[in-house]
Amino acid sequence: MSTRTETRLWIAQRASAAILALCVVVHLVVIVYAMRDGLSAETILGRTRGSFGWLAFYAVFVLAAAVHAPIGLRTVLMEWADARGRTLAIVVHAFALAIAVIGLRAVWAVFVG
Amino acid sequence: MRNDYRARSHPAWWAFLVHRLSGLALAAFLPFHFWALGQALGGGAALDGFLAWAQQPLVKASEWGLVVLLAAHTAGGLRLLALELLPWRDWQKALLAGAAGFVIVVGLALALAL
Amino acid sequence: MAFLSVKVWRGDELGRYHRFRVPREANQTVLDVVTYIQRRLDATLSYRFACRVGMCGSCAMTVNGVARWTCRTHVAKVAADGHLEIGPLRNLPVIKDLVTDMAEFFDKWARAGGQHAPTATRKDDFARIAPDSRTRQAADAGIECIGCGVCYASCDVVAWNPDYLGPAALNRAWTLVNDVRDGARAERLRAVAGDAGCHACHTHLSCTERCPRHLAPTASIAGLKRVTAVAALRGEL
Repeated sequence: MSTRTETRLWIAQRASAAILALCVVVHLVVIVYAMRDGLSAETILGRTRGSFGWLAFYAVFVLAAAVHAPIGLRTVLMEWADARGRTLAIVVHAFALAIAVIGLRAVWAVFVG
Repeated sequence: MRNDYRARSHPAWWAFLVHRLSGLALAAFLPFHFWALGQALGGGAALDGFLAWAQQPLVKASEWGLVVLLAAHTAGGLRLLALELLPWRDWQKALLAGAAGFVIVVGLALALAL
Repeated sequence: MAFLSVKVWRGDELGRYHRFRVPREANQTVLDVVTYIQRRLDATLSYRFACRVGMCGSCAMTVNGVARWTCRTHVAKVAADGHLEIGPLRNLPVIKDLVTDMAEFFDKWARAGGQHAPTATRKDDFARIAPDSRTRQAADAGIECIGCGVCYASCDVVAWNPDYLGPAALNRAWTLVNDVRDGARAERLRAVAGDAGCHACHTHLSCTERCPRHLAPTASIAGLKRVTAVAALRGEL
């Protein structure tokens, strides 16, 4: 991997971190607020289904996580598990794909159904 | 020869460890979180089934723990962004205290809500 | 007379600690202790020192698990309970006892572009640089480094990532990035970016915590992160 690519990975990690920080704060407030009404499928899905604004928000949230977590994991695997080369690349990409797919599926489930 | 715990006994190192371990925990938890929400695809009943299971005390405690980890990772991350992007100042140590404070606040708020 | 119980590393990486009893003195430094052992108790002990007044950095060793200049470390401060553990600097190959092979430390210094690339000739007038300019202040904040290796020995990323250039090399590169007379900016940025460069720093701050000159390599590395990121976005890297 070239130095330029490695630098861009770092940039992507920091940029996604900033996006996630905003999303996380909003998410935590929303969750605490929603918990006041009690958590049941009816109260949750009653609010979320058909809400395009929130769908877009959580889709961005998921994609930012799908960028941020794998890059972080890559560093940890390199430093603590001595992972290198092809194996590392495969594991990291697989993880990114998994997060994106399962995450967007969840967004679809909650906001569209 | 490698360093042992004595070389690492300073606050910024512990902040790093909390940040890394919380990140790993969140990365491990995230797929499960998405899967659980994806249960809503089966309609309200499937999601309700999961929510009922999630009312168990141990699960609630774990949820609280995960939110605390999320707050810790976020606060630690914001601290890093400040250290990397803002001009270097002597109040960097205060950043660590501020981050820790944020985590405590979130933990308490959630504990009360739960 | 009070005595110190001192463990000193002997041999190479596969060696072990030997124990010595050293008389305790007022105003005693750890270097005094090592010197006493070599002169009076065991002449086969190998160690480095030169100025013994905190200017050269040669006497850096691991004292009770922490990298320090032994000539500037008072026994009273680190061995209040009368126990001392003295070993070679970490993260470097051990030649013998308290002496490490510093070659890789300086090789990385060179690999990070740690040399000034002049752009003027003797026929040109002196460069005029305002001491309070932003770049000169950034350079000044890091140029007092004397290459003692304490930061390198204290850094866990150096231990976990064998290619990592390390805090001292990156700090030096940062001072040169801020030197307006230097002509090798593009190559230097390429040298310090990436998995082996500034982007591997996780802001443990161990280097800054331990630097005997109170420099902040973490700050320099943060500066390199910013500059290399901009260069990468502009396609200049």
